[in-house]
Amino acid sequence: MLSVHIEKEFRAARATPFQLNVREDFTSGFTVLFGPSGAGKSTLLDCLAGLVKPDKGWIRFDGEIFFHAEKGISLPPQKRGIGYVFQSLALFPHLSVEDNVSYGLPGLPAAERLKRLQRVLGAFHIQDLRSRKPGELSGGEKQRVALARSVVTEPRILLLDEPLTGLDGGLRQAILEDLRSWNAEQRIPILYVTHNREEVDAIGDRVVAVVDGHVRESGIPRSVLDAPRAVALAQAAGFENLLSGRVLEHRVTDGVMRVGLNSSECELEVPLGAAEVGDGVQVAIRAGDILLATELPHGLSARNIMPGTVEAVETRGTTVSVQVNAGARFTVHVTPGATRSLELERGSLVWLVVKTHSCHVVTPR
Amino acid sequence: MNLQAIVLSLRLACTVSAMLLLISLPLAYWLAFTNWRGKFLLESVVALPLVLPPTVLGFYALIALGPRGALGKFWQSLFGHPLAFTFTGLVLASMLYSLPFAVQPLVASFESLDRRLLDASSMLGASRTRSFFRIILPLAWPGVITAVVLSFAHTLGEFGVVLMVGGNLAGITRTVSIDIYDRVQALDYRGAHQTALFLLLISFVVLSVVYGVNRRIWSPWLNR
Repeated sequence: MLSVHIEKEFRAARATPFQLNVREDFTSGFTVLFGPSGAGKSTLLDCLAGLVKPDKGWIRFDGEIFFHAEKGISLPPQKRGIGYVFQSLALFPHLSVEDNVSYGLPGLPAAERLKRLQRVLGAFHIQDLRSRKPGELSGGEKQRVALARSVVTEPRILLLDEPLTGLDGGLRQAILEDLRSWNAEQRIPILYVTHNREEVDAIGDRVVAVVDGHVRESGIPRSVLDAPRAVALAQAAGFENLLSGRVLEHRVTDGVMRVGLNSSECELEVPLGAAEVGDGVQVAIRAGDILLATELPHGLSARNIMPGTVEAVETRGTTVSVQVNAGARFTVHVTPGATRSLELERGSLVWLVVKTHSCHVVTPR
Repeated sequence: MNLQAIVLSLRLACTVSAMLLLISLPLAYWLAFTNWRGKFLLESVVALPLVLPPTVLGFYALIALGPRGALGKFWQSLFGHPLAFTFTGLVLASMLYSLPFAVQPLVASFESLDRRLLDASSMLGASRTRSFFRIILPLAWPGVITAVVLSFAHTLGEFGVVLMVGGNLAGITRTVSIDIYDRVQALDYRGAHQTALFLLLISFVVLSVVYGVNRRIWSPWLNR
Protein backbone atom coordinates (compact mmCIF):
# COMPACT_ATOMS: atom_id res chain seq x y z
CA MET A 1 0.00 0.00 0.00
CA LEU A 2 1.17 3.50 -0.85
CA SER A 3 0.53 5.97 1.96
CA VAL A 4 0.82 9.67 1.30
CA HIS A 5 0.78 12.50 3.79
CA ILE A 6 2.30 15.57 2.18
CA GLU A 7 2.12 19.33 1.89
CA LYS A 8 3.73 21.48 -0.78
CA GLU A 9 3.35 25.17 -1.42
CA PHE A 10 4.04 26.94 -4.70
CA ARG A 11 4.48 30.70 -4.75
CA ALA A 12 6.80 31.88 -7.47
CA ALA A 13 5.34 30.19 -10.52
CA ARG A 14 1.73 31.22 -10.03
CA ALA A 15 -0.18 34.42 -9.53
CA THR A 16 -1.97 33.07 -6.47
CA PRO A 17 -0.19 30.75 -4.05
CA PHE A 18 -1.16 27.17 -4.56
CA GLN A 19 -1.06 24.56 -1.87
CA LEU A 20 -1.05 20.82 -2.33
CA ASN A 21 -2.19 19.00 0.77
CA VAL A 22 -2.89 15.30 0.38
CA ARG A 23 -3.45 12.53 2.90
CA GLU A 24 -4.50 9.36 1.18
CA ASP A 25 -3.77 5.65 0.92
CA PHE A 26 -3.55 3.91 -2.43
CA THR A 27 -4.04 0.17 -2.61
CA SER A 28 -3.23 -2.14 -5.50
CA GLY A 29 -5.38 -1.83 -8.61
CA PHE A 30 -6.65 1.29 -10.37
CA THR A 31 -7.26 4.52 -8.51
CA VAL A 32 -8.49 7.36 -10.67
CA LEU A 33 -7.35 10.83 -9.65
CA PHE A 34 -10.09 13.04 -10.98
CA GLY A 35 -10.45 16.80 -10.87
CA PRO A 36 -10.40 19.99 -12.91
CA SER A 37 -7.14 20.87 -14.63
CA GLY A 38 -4.79 22.79 -12.36
CA ALA A 39 -6.09 20.98 -9.28
CA GLY A 40 -2.65 19.55 -8.50
CA LYS A 41 -3.06 15.99 -9.78
CA SER A 42 0.13 15.99 -11.85
CA THR A 43 2.06 17.68 -9.05
CA LEU A 44 0.92 14.95 -6.69
CA LEU A 45 2.30 12.34 -9.11
CA ASP A 46 5.58 14.25 -9.38
CA CYS A 47 5.88 14.21 -5.58
CA LEU A 48 5.25 10.47 -5.46
CA ALA A 49 7.79 9.90 -8.23
CA GLY A 50 10.45 11.94 -6.44
CA LEU A 51 10.69 14.58 -9.17
CA VAL A 52 9.26 17.24 -6.85
CA LYS A 53 10.06 17.45 -3.15
CA PRO A 54 7.16 18.15 -0.79
CA ASP A 55 7.68 20.72 1.99
CA LYS A 56 6.27 18.57 4.77
CA GLY A 57 5.07 15.08 5.50
CA TRP A 58 5.98 11.64 4.31
CA ILE A 59 5.42 9.05 1.59
CA ARG A 60 5.62 5.35 2.42
CA PHE A 61 5.26 2.23 0.38
CA ASP A 62 4.86 -1.17 2.04
CA GLY A 63 6.94 -0.10 5.04
CA GLU A 64 9.65 1.50 2.94
CA ILE A 65 10.09 5.24 3.33
CA PHE A 66 10.21 7.12 0.00
CA PHE A 67 10.15 10.52 1.58
CA HIS A 68 10.22 11.89 5.10
CA ALA A 69 10.65 15.62 5.57
CA GLU A 70 11.58 15.53 9.26
CA LYS A 71 14.04 12.67 8.93
CA GLY A 72 15.48 14.27 5.83
CA ILE A 73 14.86 11.19 3.71
CA SER A 74 14.13 11.54 0.03
CA LEU A 75 14.74 8.52 -2.15
CA PRO A 76 15.83 9.58 -5.66
CA PRO A 77 13.39 8.73 -8.50
CA GLN A 78 15.78 6.02 -9.76
CA LYS A 79 15.46 4.07 -6.50
CA ARG A 80 11.69 4.19 -6.02
CA GLY A 81 10.81 1.56 -8.59
CA ILE A 82 7.97 3.62 -10.01
CA GLY A 83 6.76 3.58 -13.60
CA TYR A 84 5.50 6.97 -14.77
CA VAL A 85 3.79 7.87 -18.03
CA PHE A 86 3.72 11.64 -18.47
CA GLN A 87 0.95 13.53 -20.15
CA SER A 88 3.40 14.48 -22.89
CA LEU A 89 4.53 10.80 -22.98
CA ALA A 90 8.17 12.00 -23.28
CA LEU A 91 9.27 9.29 -25.70
CA PHE A 92 12.94 9.73 -26.62
CA PRO A 93 12.72 11.15 -30.15
CA HIS A 94 16.14 9.88 -31.28
CA LEU A 95 15.58 6.27 -30.22
CA SER A 96 13.55 3.58 -31.95
CA VAL A 97 10.52 2.02 -30.28
CA GLU A 98 12.65 -0.94 -29.27
CA ASP A 99 15.38 1.26 -27.77
CA ASN A 100 12.78 3.39 -26.02
CA VAL A 101 11.13 0.39 -24.43
CA SER A 102 14.37 -1.32 -23.40
CA TYR A 103 15.93 1.92 -22.12
CA GLY A 104 15.16 0.93 -18.54
CA LEU A 105 16.82 -2.49 -18.82
CA PRO A 106 20.52 -1.72 -19.28
CA GLY A 107 21.93 -4.08 -16.67
CA LEU A 108 20.15 -7.24 -17.81
CA PRO A 109 21.80 -10.07 -19.76
CA ALA A 110 20.94 -9.87 -23.46
CA ALA A 111 18.70 -12.94 -23.44
CA GLU A 112 16.61 -11.81 -20.47
CA ARG A 113 16.40 -8.33 -21.90
CA LEU A 114 15.08 -9.65 -25.21
CA LYS A 115 12.59 -11.89 -23.46
CA ARG A 116 11.14 -9.04 -21.43
CA LEU A 117 11.11 -6.76 -24.43
CA GLN A 118 9.20 -9.25 -26.53
CA ARG A 119 6.72 -9.98 -23.79
CA VAL A 120 5.87 -6.33 -23.24
CA LEU A 121 5.77 -5.49 -26.96
CA GLY A 122 3.34 -8.38 -27.34
CA ALA A 123 1.22 -7.36 -24.36
CA PHE A 124 0.68 -3.90 -25.81
CA HIS A 125 0.45 -5.06 -29.45
CA ILE A 126 3.35 -3.01 -30.77
CA GLN A 127 5.68 -5.77 -32.09
CA ASP A 128 5.43 -4.38 -35.61
CA LEU A 129 6.64 -0.93 -34.57
CA ARG A 130 10.00 -2.02 -33.12
CA SER A 131 12.26 -0.15 -35.50
CA ARG A 132 10.17 2.99 -35.91
CA LYS A 133 11.02 6.35 -34.38
CA PRO A 134 8.43 8.13 -32.21
CA GLY A 135 8.01 10.76 -34.94
CA GLU A 136 6.61 8.06 -37.21
CA LEU A 137 3.93 6.80 -34.81
CA SER A 138 0.27 7.71 -34.49
CA GLY A 139 -1.09 9.09 -31.22
CA GLY A 140 -2.45 5.75 -30.04
CA GLU A 141 0.78 3.94 -30.97
CA LYS A 142 2.84 6.47 -29.02
CA GLN A 143 0.63 5.97 -25.99
CA ARG A 144 1.07 2.19 -26.19
CA VAL A 145 4.87 2.57 -26.48
CA ALA A 146 4.97 4.90 -23.48
CA LEU A 147 2.94 2.42 -21.42
CA ALA A 148 5.14 -0.48 -22.50
CA ARG A 149 8.29 1.49 -21.63
CA SER A 150 7.00 2.29 -18.16
CA VAL A 151 5.98 -1.27 -17.25
CA VAL A 152 8.91 -3.20 -18.76
CA THR A 153 11.04 -2.44 -15.70
CA GLU A 154 8.41 -4.21 -13.55
CA PRO A 155 7.67 -1.19 -11.35
CA ARG A 156 6.12 -1.46 -7.90
CA ILE A 157 3.79 1.47 -8.57
CA LEU A 158 2.49 2.86 -11.84
CA LEU A 159 1.66 6.54 -12.30
CA LEU A 160 -0.31 7.45 -15.41
CA ASP A 161 -0.93 11.13 -16.16
CA GLU A 162 -3.74 11.29 -18.71
CA PRO A 163 -2.00 8.64 -20.80
CA LEU A 164 -4.96 8.05 -23.11
CA THR A 165 -6.07 11.62 -23.78
CA GLY A 166 -7.33 12.22 -27.27
CA LEU A 167 -8.11 8.61 -28.11
CA ASP A 168 -11.59 7.53 -29.13
CA GLY A 169 -13.56 5.34 -26.75
CA GLY A 170 -12.91 2.02 -28.50
CA LEU A 171 -9.14 2.41 -28.75
CA ARG A 172 -8.98 3.69 -25.19
CA GLN A 173 -10.94 0.69 -23.99
CA ALA A 174 -8.60 -1.68 -25.87
CA ILE A 175 -5.48 -0.15 -24.31
CA LEU A 176 -7.11 -0.15 -20.88
CA GLU A 177 -7.85 -3.84 -21.31
CA ASP A 178 -4.18 -4.50 -22.15
CA LEU A 179 -3.19 -2.62 -19.02
CA ARG A 180 -5.75 -4.44 -16.90
CA SER A 181 -4.65 -7.88 -18.02
CA TRP A 182 -1.02 -6.89 -17.45
CA ASN A 183 -1.86 -5.81 -13.91
CA ALA A 184 -3.84 -8.99 -13.21
CA GLU A 185 -0.43 -10.62 -12.66
CA GLN A 186 1.42 -7.69 -11.11
CA ARG A 187 -1.26 -6.39 -8.71
CA ILE A 188 0.45 -3.07 -8.13
CA PRO A 189 -1.16 0.29 -7.35
CA ILE A 190 -1.95 2.20 -10.54
CA LEU A 191 -2.72 5.90 -10.12
CA TYR A 192 -4.53 7.16 -13.17
CA VAL A 193 -4.98 10.91 -13.60
CA THR A 194 -7.75 12.26 -15.76
CA HIS A 195 -10.22 15.10 -15.98
CA ASN A 196 -12.38 13.16 -18.40
CA ARG A 197 -15.58 11.77 -16.92
CA GLU A 198 -15.81 9.05 -19.59
CA GLU A 199 -12.42 7.65 -18.61
CA VAL A 200 -13.49 7.46 -14.99
CA ASP A 201 -16.50 5.40 -16.02
CA ALA A 202 -14.38 3.23 -18.31
CA ILE A 203 -11.97 2.36 -15.49
CA GLY A 204 -14.73 2.22 -12.94
CA ASP A 205 -12.73 1.36 -9.82
CA ARG A 206 -11.94 3.75 -7.03
CA VAL A 207 -11.91 7.48 -7.69
CA VAL A 208 -10.19 10.20 -5.66
CA ALA A 209 -11.44 13.69 -6.43
CA VAL A 210 -8.75 16.37 -6.20
CA VAL A 211 -9.83 20.02 -6.10
CA ASP A 212 -7.52 22.97 -5.35
CA GLY A 213 -4.74 20.71 -4.19
CA HIS A 214 -6.89 18.82 -1.70
CA VAL A 215 -8.60 15.46 -1.81
CA ARG A 216 -12.27 16.43 -1.64
CA GLU A 217 -13.89 13.04 -1.87
CA SER A 218 -13.00 9.45 -2.57
CA GLY A 219 -14.96 6.28 -3.24
CA ILE A 220 -16.62 4.60 -6.17
CA PRO A 221 -17.19 6.91 -9.17
CA ARG A 222 -20.98 6.95 -8.80
CA SER A 223 -20.96 8.22 -5.25
CA VAL A 224 -18.19 10.77 -5.86
CA LEU A 225 -19.01 12.16 -9.26
CA ASP A 226 -22.78 11.86 -9.33
CA ALA A 227 -23.16 13.89 -6.16
CA PRO A 228 -20.23 16.28 -6.10
CA ARG A 229 -19.93 18.49 -3.07
CA ALA A 230 -17.59 21.09 -4.59
CA VAL A 231 -18.35 23.49 -7.42
CA ALA A 232 -15.10 22.87 -9.27
CA LEU A 233 -15.69 19.14 -9.11
CA ALA A 234 -19.28 19.53 -10.35
CA GLN A 235 -17.99 21.49 -13.34
CA ALA A 236 -15.33 18.90 -14.04
CA ALA A 237 -17.79 16.05 -13.69
CA GLY A 238 -19.98 17.60 -16.36
CA PHE A 239 -22.91 19.15 -14.51
CA GLU A 240 -24.32 21.52 -17.08
CA ASN A 241 -26.53 23.43 -14.64
CA LEU A 242 -24.88 25.22 -11.73
CA LEU A 243 -27.40 27.59 -10.17
CA SER A 244 -26.66 30.00 -7.35
CA GLY A 245 -29.24 30.39 -4.63
CA ARG A 246 -29.97 30.78 -0.95
CA VAL A 247 -31.43 28.27 1.50
CA LEU A 248 -34.95 29.47 2.42
CA GLU A 249 -36.23 26.74 4.70
CA HIS A 250 -35.37 23.32 6.14
CA ARG A 251 -38.16 20.74 6.11
CA VAL A 252 -36.55 18.10 8.26
CA THR A 253 -39.54 15.73 8.29
CA ASP A 254 -39.68 15.73 4.46
CA GLY A 255 -35.88 15.37 4.24
CA VAL A 256 -35.62 18.40 2.00
CA MET A 257 -34.80 22.08 2.01
CA ARG A 258 -36.09 24.88 -0.19
CA VAL A 259 -33.56 26.89 -2.17
CA GLY A 260 -34.53 30.17 -3.79
CA LEU A 261 -32.53 30.80 -6.93
CA ASN A 262 -30.88 34.20 -7.11
CA SER A 263 -32.58 37.00 -9.05
CA SER A 264 -35.69 35.00 -9.83
CA GLU A 265 -38.90 33.67 -8.32
CA CYS A 266 -37.66 30.13 -8.92
CA GLU A 267 -37.53 27.74 -6.00
CA LEU A 268 -36.10 24.23 -5.91
CA GLU A 269 -36.62 21.48 -3.40
CA VAL A 270 -33.30 19.80 -2.79
CA PRO A 271 -32.13 17.06 -0.42
CA LEU A 272 -31.38 18.24 3.10
CA GLY A 273 -27.71 19.20 3.24
CA ALA A 274 -25.13 20.76 5.48
CA ALA A 275 -26.16 24.32 4.60
CA GLU A 276 -28.03 26.52 7.11
CA VAL A 277 -31.06 28.67 6.37
CA GLY A 278 -29.82 31.88 4.74
CA ASP A 279 -26.60 30.28 3.42
CA GLY A 280 -25.58 30.86 -0.17
CA VAL A 281 -25.33 27.57 -2.04
CA GLN A 282 -25.06 26.30 -5.58
CA VAL A 283 -27.30 23.63 -7.00
CA ALA A 284 -25.83 21.29 -9.63
CA ILE A 285 -28.21 19.49 -12.00
CA ARG A 286 -27.26 17.36 -14.98
CA ALA A 287 -28.92 18.50 -18.20
CA GLY A 288 -29.98 14.90 -18.81
CA ASP A 289 -31.76 14.68 -15.44
CA ILE A 290 -34.36 17.33 -16.29
CA LEU A 291 -37.67 16.37 -17.95
CA LEU A 292 -39.62 18.62 -20.30
CA ALA A 293 -43.43 18.55 -20.57
CA THR A 294 -45.71 20.60 -22.80
CA GLU A 295 -48.52 20.71 -20.22
CA LEU A 296 -48.58 20.79 -16.44
CA PRO A 297 -47.92 17.23 -15.34
CA HIS A 298 -49.67 15.82 -12.29
CA GLY A 299 -49.43 12.70 -10.21
CA LEU A 300 -45.63 12.74 -10.33
CA SER A 301 -43.25 12.06 -7.47
CA ALA A 302 -40.97 14.82 -8.72
CA ARG A 303 -41.39 17.88 -6.53
CA ASN A 304 -39.88 20.56 -8.74
CA ILE A 305 -42.19 21.56 -11.57
CA MET A 306 -41.70 25.00 -13.12
CA PRO A 307 -43.07 26.77 -16.19
CA GLY A 308 -40.60 28.23 -18.65
CA THR A 309 -39.97 29.40 -22.20
CA VAL A 310 -37.65 27.73 -24.69
CA GLU A 311 -34.94 30.20 -25.69
CA ALA A 312 -32.79 28.04 -27.96
CA VAL A 313 -32.72 24.54 -29.41
CA GLU A 314 -29.39 23.19 -30.59
CA THR A 315 -28.67 19.72 -31.96
CA ARG A 316 -25.30 18.15 -31.15
CA GLY A 317 -25.02 14.65 -32.55
CA THR A 318 -27.62 12.49 -30.84
CA THR A 319 -28.31 15.06 -28.15
CA VAL A 320 -30.47 18.12 -28.39
CA SER A 321 -29.54 20.89 -25.98
CA VAL A 322 -32.55 23.03 -25.04
CA GLN A 323 -32.16 26.33 -23.18
CA VAL A 324 -35.17 27.07 -21.01
CA ASN A 325 -35.81 30.31 -19.15
CA ALA A 326 -37.86 29.67 -16.03
CA GLY A 327 -36.74 32.78 -14.22
CA ALA A 328 -33.37 31.11 -13.99
CA ARG A 329 -31.80 29.59 -17.11
CA PHE A 330 -31.66 25.81 -17.41
CA THR A 331 -29.91 23.59 -19.96
CA VAL A 332 -31.87 20.43 -20.74
CA HIS A 333 -30.73 17.49 -22.86
CA VAL A 334 -33.37 15.56 -24.80
CA THR A 335 -33.30 13.26 -27.82
CA PRO A 336 -34.02 14.49 -31.36
CA GLY A 337 -37.13 12.27 -31.31
CA ALA A 338 -38.48 13.95 -28.18
CA THR A 339 -37.76 17.35 -29.72
CA ARG A 340 -39.92 16.43 -32.72
CA SER A 341 -42.83 14.91 -30.83
CA LEU A 342 -42.96 17.81 -28.35
CA GLU A 343 -42.51 20.24 -31.25
CA LEU A 344 -39.90 22.14 -29.30
CA GLU A 345 -38.74 25.40 -30.81
CA ARG A 346 -37.78 28.87 -29.75
CA GLY A 347 -40.69 30.42 -27.84
CA SER A 348 -42.40 27.14 -26.89
CA LEU A 349 -43.95 27.10 -23.43
CA VAL A 350 -42.81 24.08 -21.43
CA TRP A 351 -42.78 22.69 -17.91
CA LEU A 352 -39.48 21.69 -16.32
CA VAL A 353 -39.58 18.64 -14.08
CA VAL A 354 -36.65 17.94 -11.74
CA LYS A 355 -36.48 15.21 -9.10
CA THR A 356 -35.31 16.35 -5.71
CA HIS A 357 -32.45 13.88 -5.78
CA SER A 358 -31.25 15.14 -9.14
CA CYS A 359 -30.44 18.43 -7.39
CA HIS A 360 -27.02 18.33 -5.77
CA VAL A 361 -26.07 21.04 -3.35
CA VAL A 362 -22.48 22.07 -3.79
CA THR A 363 -20.81 24.56 -1.53
CA PRO A 364 -18.89 27.44 -3.05
CA ARG A 365 -15.35 27.08 -1.73
CA MET B 1 52.61 32.29 -47.45
CA ASN B 2 53.78 31.33 -44.00
CA LEU B 3 53.01 27.64 -43.64
CA GLN B 4 54.52 27.53 -40.18
CA ALA B 5 52.10 30.17 -38.90
CA ILE B 6 49.15 28.44 -40.52
CA VAL B 7 50.02 25.08 -38.98
CA LEU B 8 50.52 26.75 -35.61
CA SER B 9 47.17 28.51 -35.84
CA LEU B 10 45.36 25.31 -36.78
CA ARG B 11 47.10 23.42 -33.98
CA LEU B 12 46.13 26.13 -31.51
CA ALA B 13 42.52 26.24 -32.69
CA CYS B 14 42.18 22.44 -32.56
CA THR B 15 43.72 22.16 -29.09
CA VAL B 16 41.66 25.02 -27.72
CA SER B 17 38.33 23.85 -29.11
CA ALA B 18 38.93 20.26 -27.95
CA MET B 19 39.89 21.29 -24.44
CA LEU B 20 37.14 23.87 -24.27
CA LEU B 21 34.59 21.20 -25.14
CA LEU B 22 35.79 19.06 -22.26
CA ILE B 23 35.45 21.94 -19.83
CA SER B 24 32.29 23.45 -21.30
CA LEU B 25 30.15 20.30 -21.30
CA PRO B 26 30.04 19.96 -17.49
CA LEU B 27 30.01 23.74 -17.01
CA ALA B 28 27.10 24.21 -19.43
CA TYR B 29 25.26 21.25 -17.89
CA TRP B 30 25.58 22.84 -14.50
CA LEU B 31 24.51 26.27 -15.75
CA ALA B 32 21.52 24.82 -17.60
CA PHE B 33 20.18 22.64 -14.81
CA THR B 34 21.14 24.21 -11.48
CA ASN B 35 18.61 26.03 -9.35
CA TRP B 36 21.29 27.97 -7.54
CA ARG B 37 20.27 31.60 -7.10
CA GLY B 38 23.77 32.93 -7.66
CA LYS B 39 23.98 31.32 -11.07
CA PHE B 40 23.82 34.70 -12.81
CA LEU B 41 27.21 35.59 -11.31
CA LEU B 42 28.91 32.68 -13.03
CA GLU B 43 27.00 33.42 -16.23
CA SER B 44 28.39 36.95 -16.16
CA VAL B 45 31.92 35.68 -15.62
CA VAL B 46 31.59 33.28 -18.55
CA ALA B 47 30.28 36.07 -20.77
CA LEU B 48 33.00 38.58 -19.77
CA PRO B 49 35.32 37.80 -22.72
CA LEU B 50 32.50 38.91 -25.02
CA VAL B 51 32.60 42.48 -23.77
CA LEU B 52 36.18 42.96 -22.61
CA PRO B 53 38.64 44.22 -25.21
CA PRO B 54 41.09 41.40 -26.02
CA THR B 55 43.92 43.62 -24.84
CA VAL B 56 42.40 43.87 -21.36
CA LEU B 57 41.88 40.14 -21.22
CA GLY B 58 45.36 39.55 -22.60
CA PHE B 59 46.84 41.96 -20.09
CA TYR B 60 45.33 40.13 -17.11
CA ALA B 61 46.22 36.78 -18.64
CA LEU B 62 49.80 37.95 -19.06
CA ILE B 63 49.99 39.01 -15.43
CA ALA B 64 48.49 35.71 -14.25
CA LEU B 65 50.71 33.61 -16.49
CA GLY B 66 53.86 35.64 -15.93
CA PRO B 67 56.59 34.51 -13.51
CA ARG B 68 55.10 36.64 -10.70
CA GLY B 69 51.47 35.60 -11.33
CA ALA B 70 49.93 32.80 -9.31
CA LEU B 71 49.50 30.47 -12.27
CA GLY B 72 52.88 31.30 -13.75
CA LYS B 73 54.64 30.73 -10.41
CA PHE B 74 52.92 27.40 -9.91
CA TRP B 75 53.80 26.36 -13.45
CA GLN B 76 57.43 27.36 -13.06
CA SER B 77 57.74 25.37 -9.82
CA LEU B 78 56.31 22.33 -11.63
CA PHE B 79 58.11 22.48 -14.97
CA GLY B 80 60.96 24.87 -14.41
CA HIS B 81 60.04 27.31 -17.18
CA PRO B 82 57.61 30.23 -17.33
CA LEU B 83 54.20 30.04 -18.95
CA ALA B 84 54.06 33.38 -20.72
CA PHE B 85 55.28 33.45 -24.32
CA THR B 86 54.83 29.66 -24.70
CA PHE B 87 52.33 27.63 -26.71
CA THR B 88 50.77 26.28 -23.51
CA GLY B 89 50.31 29.81 -22.20
CA LEU B 90 48.69 30.73 -25.47
CA VAL B 91 46.32 27.78 -25.22
CA LEU B 92 45.26 28.78 -21.71
CA ALA B 93 44.67 32.41 -22.62
CA SER B 94 42.80 31.44 -25.79
CA MET B 95 40.56 29.08 -23.85
CA LEU B 96 39.58 31.93 -21.58
CA TYR B 97 39.02 34.18 -24.56
CA SER B 98 36.80 31.67 -26.44
CA LEU B 99 34.98 30.28 -23.40
CA PRO B 100 31.62 32.00 -24.02
CA PHE B 101 31.58 30.77 -27.61
CA ALA B 102 31.74 27.18 -26.39
CA VAL B 103 29.55 27.49 -23.29
CA GLN B 104 26.66 29.56 -24.57
CA PRO B 105 25.54 27.34 -27.50
CA LEU B 106 25.72 24.35 -25.16
CA VAL B 107 23.68 26.02 -22.43
CA ALA B 108 21.13 27.14 -25.02
CA SER B 109 20.76 23.65 -26.47
CA PHE B 110 20.60 22.00 -23.03
CA GLU B 111 17.99 24.46 -21.85
CA SER B 112 15.83 23.90 -24.91
CA LEU B 113 15.57 20.17 -24.16
CA ASP B 114 12.22 18.91 -22.91
CA ARG B 115 12.82 18.39 -19.17
CA ARG B 116 10.26 15.63 -19.18
CA LEU B 117 12.66 13.52 -21.27
CA LEU B 118 15.17 13.74 -18.44
CA ASP B 119 12.47 12.96 -15.88
CA ALA B 120 11.47 9.95 -17.98
CA SER B 121 15.10 8.81 -18.07
CA SER B 122 15.34 9.10 -14.27
CA MET B 123 12.10 7.20 -13.79
CA LEU B 124 13.56 4.40 -15.91
CA GLY B 125 16.43 4.13 -13.45
CA ALA B 126 19.08 5.99 -15.44
CA SER B 127 21.77 7.84 -13.49
CA ARG B 128 22.59 11.45 -14.38
CA THR B 129 25.63 10.29 -16.30
CA ARG B 130 23.61 7.82 -18.33
CA SER B 131 20.93 10.43 -19.01
CA PHE B 132 23.65 12.83 -20.13
CA PHE B 133 25.24 10.49 -22.64
CA ARG B 134 22.10 8.72 -23.87
CA ILE B 135 19.58 11.59 -23.93
CA ILE B 136 21.10 15.04 -23.48
CA LEU B 137 24.17 14.73 -25.68
CA PRO B 138 22.47 13.11 -28.69
CA LEU B 139 19.60 15.58 -28.62
CA ALA B 140 21.85 18.59 -28.02
CA TRP B 141 24.22 17.52 -30.80
CA PRO B 142 23.63 20.62 -32.98
CA GLY B 143 24.61 22.74 -29.97
CA VAL B 144 27.79 20.71 -29.50
CA ILE B 145 28.75 21.17 -33.15
CA THR B 146 28.05 24.88 -32.93
CA ALA B 147 30.15 25.19 -29.78
CA VAL B 148 33.12 23.43 -31.38
CA VAL B 149 32.90 25.37 -34.62
CA LEU B 150 32.52 28.74 -32.94
CA SER B 151 35.39 28.21 -30.51
CA PHE B 152 37.58 26.90 -33.34
CA ALA B 153 36.82 29.86 -35.59
CA HIS B 154 37.11 32.37 -32.79
CA THR B 155 40.50 31.04 -31.73
CA LEU B 156 41.75 30.94 -35.32
CA GLY B 157 41.01 34.62 -35.74
CA GLU B 158 42.24 36.02 -32.43
CA PHE B 159 44.83 38.70 -32.37
CA GLY B 160 44.90 40.90 -29.31
CA VAL B 161 45.20 38.18 -26.69
CA VAL B 162 47.91 36.38 -28.65
CA LEU B 163 49.90 39.55 -29.01
CA MET B 164 49.70 40.28 -25.26
CA VAL B 165 50.34 36.77 -23.98
CA GLY B 166 52.27 35.05 -26.73
CA GLY B 167 54.27 37.79 -28.30
CA ASN B 168 55.61 37.01 -31.72
CA LEU B 169 57.89 33.96 -31.62
CA ALA B 170 58.10 32.10 -34.91
CA GLY B 171 56.82 28.52 -34.62
CA ILE B 172 55.79 29.00 -30.98
CA THR B 173 53.39 31.89 -30.77
CA ARG B 174 53.39 33.56 -34.19
CA THR B 175 49.89 32.72 -35.36
CA VAL B 176 48.38 33.57 -38.73
CA SER B 177 46.83 36.84 -37.66
CA ILE B 178 50.11 38.03 -36.14
CA ASP B 179 51.96 36.93 -39.26
CA ILE B 180 49.61 38.84 -41.51
CA TYR B 181 49.92 41.93 -39.32
CA ASP B 182 53.73 41.59 -39.47
CA ARG B 183 53.74 41.38 -43.24
CA VAL B 184 51.43 44.34 -43.67
CA GLN B 185 53.72 46.37 -41.39
CA ALA B 186 56.65 45.29 -43.55
CA LEU B 187 54.66 46.24 -46.70
CA ASP B 188 54.80 42.59 -47.87
CA TYR B 189 51.25 42.75 -49.23
CA ARG B 190 51.77 39.72 -51.47
CA GLY B 191 52.68 37.47 -48.53
CA ALA B 192 49.85 38.89 -46.44
CA HIS B 193 47.43 38.24 -49.30
CA GLN B 194 48.43 34.61 -49.68
CA THR B 195 48.15 33.80 -45.99
CA ALA B 196 44.91 35.72 -45.61
CA LEU B 197 43.32 34.01 -48.59
CA PHE B 198 44.42 30.62 -47.37
CA LEU B 199 42.90 31.29 -43.95
CA LEU B 200 39.72 32.54 -45.55
CA LEU B 201 39.39 29.39 -47.65
CA ILE B 202 40.11 27.02 -44.76
CA SER B 203 37.58 28.78 -42.57
CA PHE B 204 34.93 28.67 -45.24
CA VAL B 205 35.48 24.99 -46.04
CA VAL B 206 35.48 23.93 -42.39
CA LEU B 207 32.33 25.90 -41.63
CA SER B 208 30.41 24.70 -44.66
CA VAL B 209 31.36 21.07 -44.09
CA VAL B 210 30.24 21.27 -40.49
CA TYR B 211 27.00 23.09 -41.21
CA GLY B 212 26.25 20.87 -44.20
CA VAL B 213 26.77 17.65 -42.25
CA ASN B 214 24.87 19.07 -39.32
CA ARG B 215 21.82 19.83 -41.41
CA ARG B 216 21.70 16.52 -43.26
CA ILE B 217 21.89 14.38 -40.15
CA TRP B 218 19.68 16.27 -37.79
CA SER B 219 16.93 17.80 -39.85
CA PRO B 220 14.53 14.82 -39.67
CA TRP B 221 14.21 15.37 -35.92
CA LEU B 222 14.33 19.10 -35.88
CA ASN B 223 11.54 19.37 -38.43
CA ARG B 224 9.44 16.84 -36.61
